[in-house]
Amino acid sequence: MSSLLTAEGLGGLLFLFIIAVTLAGGLLATNSVRLPRAVSGLAMCLIGVAGLYYYLNSPFLAAMEILIYVGAVCVTIVFAIMLADPCDEQRPGRQNALSSALSFGVAGLLVWGLVLLATTTMWPAAATKVNEGSVKVIGESLLTTYSMVFELISVVLLMAIIGALALARVGRDKQ
Amino acid sequence: MRILSLGNSLETYLVIAALLFGLGVYGLLNRRTLIGLLISAELLLSGASLNFMAFGRFLAPDPTTGQIFTLFIMGIAAAEAAIALSIIIAVYRNYKSIDTEDLEELQG
Repeated sequence: MSSLLTAEGLGGLLFLFIIAVTLAGGLLATNSVRLPRAVSGLAMCLIGVAGLYYYLNSPFLAAMEILIYVGAVCVTIVFAIMLADPCDEQRPGRQNALSSALSFGVAGLLVWGLVLLATTTMWPAAATKVNEGSVKVIGESLLTTYSMVFELISVVLLMAIIGALALARVGRDKQ
Repeated sequence: MRILSLGNSLETYLVIAALLFGLGVYGLLNRRTLIGLLISAELLLSGASLNFMAFGRFLAPDPTTGQIFTLFIMGIAAAEAAIALSIIIAVYRNYKSIDTEDLEELQG
């Protein structure tokens, strides 16, 4: 086991650990009854996905994943749980075994098909890479090739903010 | 020591993304509260963006394409979460519940 102590070996071990974190977080997010626990599972899963992005040669996207998903989306969901106070566990006999098994079957079938497709296809790699995909190149192409999309997504975010404020305000005057 | 070099093959990422996607579908079908459904939708989106990242890293001639697409998916997901959560708050204010079984009136 001497190869474990090289840089590649330790990197491989860390990669396995990140996969385990991702899948365990996903299982926790979908299977736990209490919603705060599910949000913690989601945060754990997204941190794992950020680690996978790091292994895919893009530390910028890993940082953005943690900043946007874990830092913003998960915290917003926690706020909504605090405001809406859902009590999931107080209903007896609500878990229908048949529907649970059916949804597991559907999801399992989907995963089986996707995994089969991913492992049996011969993926042709591109002959040459035009750049190395660094943060500098990302920034340049965001402001040249993708500048229209960049502007549009800022409009979408503005609409989302205004819409969220308007929706959450409706009905507040009555009480 | 093949298992330690898993991070360098495309199939690993595709399988993980498929598992995340499957977990999201399972949660969407099985969950009974609106916030649980939103959490599962986030899992679906992250599975899809992991696929984009893997293809952009291993197959695409321009590696920035996948990263920029994933960045846009993140922006859309943040907007979607904000809108969905404010709808959930509005629903809770009217029905005093975010359980899907209590909202049968809304099924049209």
